[in-house]
Amino acid sequence: MSDKLAIVVFSGTVDRLLPAAIIASGGVAMGMDVELFLTFWGLNAFRKDSVNSNTRFSKDYEDMAPVMMQIMKNKNVPSWFEMLKKAKEIGNVKVHACAMTYDLLDMKKEDLAEIVDDVIGVGEFINIAKDAKITLFI
Amino acid sequence: MSEEKKEKIKVIDARGSFCPGPLMELIRAIKESEVGDIIEVWSTDQGSQRDIPMWAEKAGHEFLGVIHEQGYDRIRVRKKK
Repeated sequence: MSDKLAIVVFSGTVDRLLPAAIIASGGVAMGMDVELFLTFWGLNAFRKDSVNSNTRFSKDYEDMAPVMMQIMKNKNVPSWFEMLKKAKEIGNVKVHACAMTYDLLDMKKEDLAEIVDDVIGVGEFINIAKDAKITLFI
Repeated sequence: MSEEKKEKIKVIDARGSFCPGPLMELIRAIKESEVGDIIEVWSTDQGSQRDIPMWAEKAGHEFLGVIHEQGYDRIRVRKKK
């Protein structure tokens, strides 16, 4: 059985979604199974209609956002969503939506990007993460 | 050397792509290749020089070395399994 990397994706801002996607890619590259649990703003960011247009930044770095977005655009850095899609094509990446947030925000399966595999409760995620070698909260 | 010249080398131009881009493209190319094939990744990313040999060792492929060019590296890996 492969080693497992579990990530709780709580944030919905680009400055955090991008590192989550990069670390997930690193996990795939090193042959790990990657399990993402999308909750609160993290799940909100996976709405089909905004995955490619999200430009939100954390308040702390808000003033840097326009410069950073321009640098990334100039240097052809793929978006966090493109990067995550690529990681999933290459390796074993499971994307779980948090049931609580899903219900709270009255989401439907068709509201979410196709990359999302299923909707699970926190208990199931903990069960998945309990034997992970690495667990992160981003 | 003459032996090596006959071998087919598949070149992946990942110049301009940032970590972990070149490594991810290499992994994809290895998946689509036959055992024995050589993949050569062109990379401008500093991380690749360390990441790719480490990945190759872990994944069980043969790291063949790096050829430094002006402004980029040509990193070769042979698919072993």
